Amino acid sequence: MSDAAITHGDNPTGFAHQFEELDQQHDAGRLGMWLFLATEILFFGGLFTGYTVYRSLHPQAFLLGSHILEVKYGAINTAVLICSSFTMAMAIRSAQTGKRKGAIIGWLIPTMLLGATFLFLKFRFEWYHDYLEHTMPGFGFYYRPEWGAHAPQVQMFMCFYFFMTGLHALHMIVGIGILLVLTWMTSRGRFTSQYFAPLEISGLYWHFVDIIWIFLFPLLYLIRF
Amino acid sequence: MSTTATVENLPNASAEPQVNYLNARYGVKSWLLTVDHKRIGLLYLCTITVMFVVGGIAATMMRINLLEPQGALVEPETYNKLFSTHGLVMVFFFLVPSIPVTLGNFLIPMMIGARDVAFPRLNLLSWYIFATGCLIMLYVVCTGGVDTGWTFYTPFSTTYSTTDVVLAALSIFVAGFSSILTGVNFIVTIHKMRAPGMTWFRLPLFIWSMYASAIIFVLGTPVIAITLLLLGVERLLHVGIFDPALGGDPLLFQHLFWFYSHPAVYIMILPSMGVISELIAAFSRKRIFGYSFVAFSSLAIAIISFLVWGHHMFVSGESIYAGLVFSVLSFLVAIPSAVKVFNWTATLYKGSISYEAPMLYALGFLGLFTIGGLTGLYLASLSTDVHLSGTYFVVAHFHYIMVGAAVMAFMGGIHFWWPKITGHLYPDLWARIAAAIIFIGFNLTFFPQFVLGYLGMPRRYAMYPAEFQALNVLSTAGASVLAVGYIIPFIYLIWSLKYGPVAGPNPFGAKGLEWTTQSPPPTENYLKIPIVTEEAYNYETAPEPEVVRV
Amino acid sequence: MSSHSESAAHGHLMFHEHVVPVSTYLAVFITLLIATGLTTWIAFQDLGQWNLVVALAIAVCKASLVVLFFMHVKYNKGLSRIVLIAAVFWLGIMITFTLADELTRHWQINPQPWVGTIVPVVRHLLF
Repeated sequence: MSDAAITHGDNPTGFAHQFEELDQQHDAGRLGMWLFLATEILFFGGLFTGYTVYRSLHPQAFLLGSHILEVKYGAINTAVLICSSFTMAMAIRSAQTGKRKGAIIGWLIPTMLLGATFLFLKFRFEWYHDYLEHTMPGFGFYYRPEWGAHAPQVQMFMCFYFFMTGLHALHMIVGIGILLVLTWMTSRGRFTSQYFAPLEISGLYWHFVDIIWIFLFPLLYLIRF
Repeated sequence: MSTTATVENLPNASAEPQVNYLNARYGVKSWLLTVDHKRIGLLYLCTITVMFVVGGIAATMMRINLLEPQGALVEPETYNKLFSTHGLVMVFFFLVPSIPVTLGNFLIPMMIGARDVAFPRLNLLSWYIFATGCLIMLYVVCTGGVDTGWTFYTPFSTTYSTTDVVLAALSIFVAGFSSILTGVNFIVTIHKMRAPGMTWFRLPLFIWSMYASAIIFVLGTPVIAITLLLLGVERLLHVGIFDPALGGDPLLFQHLFWFYSHPAVYIMILPSMGVISELIAAFSRKRIFGYSFVAFSSLAIAIISFLVWGHHMFVSGESIYAGLVFSVLSFLVAIPSAVKVFNWTATLYKGSISYEAPMLYALGFLGLFTIGGLTGLYLASLSTDVHLSGTYFVVAHFHYIMVGAAVMAFMGGIHFWWPKITGHLYPDLWARIAAAIIFIGFNLTFFPQFVLGYLGMPRRYAMYPAEFQALNVLSTAGASVLAVGYIIPFIYLIWSLKYGPVAGPNPFGAKGLEWTTQSPPPTENYLKIPIVTEEAYNYETAPEPEVVRV
Repeated sequence: MSSHSESAAHGHLMFHEHVVPVSTYLAVFITLLIATGLTTWIAFQDLGQWNLVVALAIAVCKASLVVLFFMHVKYNKGLSRIVLIAAVFWLGIMITFTLADELTRHWQINPQPWVGTIVPVVRHLLF
């Protein structure tokens, strides 16, 4: 049995020895990813809790802080991520409907490129700009006179901004790494219409990262009044 | 579970020494690269034993220091590091993982009739992550320690402490990911890997309690991770997240910290309750009284545990209105806990009780858990907490739960399943003696602390007024008895590995799928996946299984 | 076990999953883009307290669309929904109870018997 089990685990259909049925394996993978996403919700949730508390305590400072950020980059990046979610969904659908591997890769590569675009815009035009403007906490943050007594709390807002977007960017980088592996697996012909669980499960992760941004955008950029 | 399954899963008695998970492969590599849940459970057992020794040494030094009012052994600064090390190591590297990662890893697939957990490689990864966290913690301990207490309260930890807070927080952060992955793995395993016929209400209660604590792992641990990240950022950059001078709120840290750390207490106690359910049923030869009540009370405890964290903050400046709500909710935890104790007691009633070593631990658990639980009510009520908060009363209360209950159950569980894990029996007489010594030593150590706390001795001080000396000496004397009680099992369990008599598949005549396969089990647990046809703990209707004794 | 593996190879390896039409994906995609534009535009209209409410409402709608369609929760019943709801609910617990402390910490304590502690709560809720 144990020998059979080992060969089972490595066989190209991706069926692992500890399971009885492929359906069971697929369900287990999906449930595992959903549980992981639940932990992610609470992981970011700690930050959202802190954000909520401090925004309710220092509304004026959060208003001033939000004006440091440029709405246009936030909005463009939101659109970029939504596009990447769409291409990800299409990649999974191509696998599910048994399209050839070129079609799947044809959706995966734009997904990665859109993710990279997001990161490029974020780092080049926002973070680097903040660094030059001395609005990056811990790296020569400068209290502007127009903030008056609110300056320390503006710094706190920027700290939450960098913390939240930084963790989000880290998740994006991990996501792009996963997509690279998936592209490689697809090119090796590992996925069929019967077995595409890694694609589907990674897709859940990618969409989740998109959802986090959907909340970060209004909470960080869109405090206008 | 049915007789047919028993026969199919046992090779011929006269055959050669059986192939099992321990002798299937040899060598360090076969252990470090294993994906077998049973071997991973043993890896964890070794790791947490090392951490238990480290935490125990710190505790011993503290107790020696408290022999004299002016401090008998160390400087006050060192004492601060000792109690911090003791707390951090014992909570995050022994108690939280203890039963889930050792017995849970070993038993969950066996009890539900599966070949392995749902994600075996993830399981191994969890161990590596946990071991990394342990190494970072040991590094911190060896290079000067940390003096914030296990709670890392701000602003002391972020601004004033001169010790290596960031690295200590990092070790907890890393170990937290191990908990998260283990929790995910367990929930998926229990949902998706059950054998045919193993319905939810045929599951052993140990599985229910592991499921409940896995929920806390999944929903609570990420919050401590992000909280410690914020702590690290605040300490490194001083941006004011928890600094009142810059508009931050130190109490926010306590909220986020206790959102995980209070449920973490239930991570420690829920698996113990599962173990106790198994032990009491097995050694009173009865089905657990009110099975579904015990099962659902585990879930109730897991859920309510997330609603009570504010009772740690009654005197730290929390709003009195929030305090009212948290106080009332804290009392609610008593209900499912009491349901369990009453049901265990009712199970004992008119059972044919035998007093093997695991049962002694279980009975000890019942008494100590009751004392620990009832003294918790004093701390949950707003007014008495003002007097008792921050005193030795609190220390005694949570040690009755975490050591009196959780460690007793851990020891009981290890003794109960030791023949299954290793295939060898330990000397029962020595085990009973050790159980008695631990019980006596524990009460000698911690009961005086209730009195000390009530009289007003604060916790976390290296020195104390002279009138408290008698009780402190009594406590230290008890601690040395307790230490002897822990050393004896360590010796005879190691001894039994080589010299213990062969256990056979079911030395205690217990019910449950894990007893139907050979000891130690084969790598795939069951030669044929069992089909479950009856409820758990079916002791009364089935004929008594043959019992092998020493 | 070999007999089992063979039966798995023949009998159990079939896997069926709901296929979402491309038109649905496209509709969701376009709705999400429009909602992004909408939330950006509305942020610049002064609605007082309601700016935050509207922004969060739109964000929740967008997230729901992603969860229901892109993440297939609409088609996969059962556990994934429960896990998602539980996580959001627990996040709600964390935020609510923390705010319950933060926002009531500076309320005046009425120096009267316990009824006195209830009065400001009721007053706060009603007026």
